[in-house]
Amino acid sequence: MFDTGPFALFKWEKLFSDWRIFAEGFATTISVSFLGLLLALVLGLIFGVLATSQFKGAKFINRIYVEFIQNTPLVIQIFFLYNGFPHLGIVLPVFAVGVIGVGVYHGAYIAEVVRAGIQSIHRGQLEAAYSQGFTFWQSMRYIILPQAKVIIFPPLTNQAVSLIKNTSVMAMVAGGDLMYHADSWSSNNLYYGPAYVIVGLLYLSLCLPLARFASYLERKAQMSP
Amino acid sequence: MVKMEHINKYFGSHHVLKDINLNVEFKERVVIMGPSGSGKSTLIRCINFLEKPSSGRIFVNGVELTAKKVSLNKVRQKIGMVFQHFNLYPHKTALENVLLAPILVEKRDKKEAEKSAILLLEKVGLKDAYNKYPSQLSGGQQQRVAIARALNMKPDLLLFDEPTSALDPEMIQEVLDIMIALAKEGMTMVVVTHEMGFAKQAADRIVFMDGGQIMETGTPDQIFNNPTHERTQAFLEKLNKIQV
Ligand SMILES: Nc1ncnc2c1ncn2[C@@H]1O[C@H](COP(=O)(O)OP(=O)(O)OP(=O)(O)O)[C@@H](O)[C@H]1O
Ligand SMILES: [Mg+2]
Repeated sequence: MFDTGPFALFKWEKLFSDWRIFAEGFATTISVSFLGLLLALVLGLIFGVLATSQFKGAKFINRIYVEFIQNTPLVIQIFFLYNGFPHLGIVLPVFAVGVIGVGVYHGAYIAEVVRAGIQSIHRGQLEAAYSQGFTFWQSMRYIILPQAKVIIFPPLTNQAVSLIKNTSVMAMVAGGDLMYHADSWSSNNLYYGPAYVIVGLLYLSLCLPLARFASYLERKAQMSP
Repeated sequence: MVKMEHINKYFGSHHVLKDINLNVEFKERVVIMGPSGSGKSTLIRCINFLEKPSSGRIFVNGVELTAKKVSLNKVRQKIGMVFQHFNLYPHKTALENVLLAPILVEKRDKKEAEKSAILLLEKVGLKDAYNKYPSQLSGGQQQRVAIARALNMKPDLLLFDEPTSALDPEMIQEVLDIMIALAKEGMTMVVVTHEMGFAKQAADRIVFMDGGQIMETGTPDQIFNNPTHERTQAFLEKLNKIQV
């Protein structure tokens, strides 16, 4: 029964002999995830904090960013970066398209996470800080965000998990990531079965520990008052 | 020290402060009283601009807060505020609460700020609580830390918004005693409170508010013994019933 069918033994043998292709894709996925997450964190923090500020126009800019990004598919945003930007004279390497694509996309979600975290802190904290002469940004940095951290971390970790999975969208623009290599390798030899099982497991190996970590943080947050 | 001219404040269409005119002199102690919802908190919060008045002008130490280009943070450093619910920073120890703003905001020397923080915590009777977190302290202790926190900024003026009304009865006096001591030392204070004992001992002047207006002002003796306005009389009668 291992001689034929989608999971036939010889297909697995071929896959393991070509392991370098998958390793390369895995490495790309990890780097895109890492840099994308960094970008998403920076954007999320800035836009999340801005949403709670009194600066003129800050809330408006935040809403445009968040609503626009959250209500269009990531695939279209990636296509736009890859196919649209060159028409504006900006040609990005596909690696950068991946990083910016998932970074900007998840930045919008993280902005909402950060905003909700800040808003869960009692108003009196900001007032106490203001009354002592802290500026808005100082208050955020030293008083509000350290307290909001506990609330922000679990959903933030969940965002990291989604971000890793969503890097697979790069495959649609020949992104050189794990999903892309699995796709192109198996479309040559039609050994789809083993390819998808393996990349699925590789994504799982990244995401599952993070997801467990998220629920650990969540439990910890619920236990502390 | 504080000068409020024709202050009006609206929350939406709700007219909360109506043409308030109030001066507080250097070293003066002013107590604000009045029924719930009369605008006491809104008034005192206008003094450090936690509330922005809808119209009118406010001067503190000669600086107009209502002017277009004013460094609010600079002015606020010299106006201490003590809140009803303490609002200590829960992620910081008592000592850190007292130290944080002097070091981060005023950029004072760390050693010097810590020395004065320790002295102040001793002064408010919290010698042994330096390293405790607010959640490990009683309400009375938290409020005393909050007073030390305000004092470590070396304020020219202290604002208190019902500093004892969230406290268990047995803890009220320990906080009032500190406030009375501060008054004796000559601190300029504006205090929203219904503690008549404190008002009699420490206040130079009592301001009685109702419906967003200042109904009358006078010395404690005038207000408590010869209130002119019938609303003041009615309010004091109620207060007497509760506090005796
Ligand atoms: N941020 C706000 N938004 C809308 N309305 C407000 C706000 N703050 C206060 N008010 C309203 O303004 C009025 C005056 O409130 P304020 O807190 O100044 O009264 P107070 O005299 O301090 O009362 P209390 O003794 O209950 O503390 C109240 O009717 C209150 O509901
Ligand atoms: Mg009040």
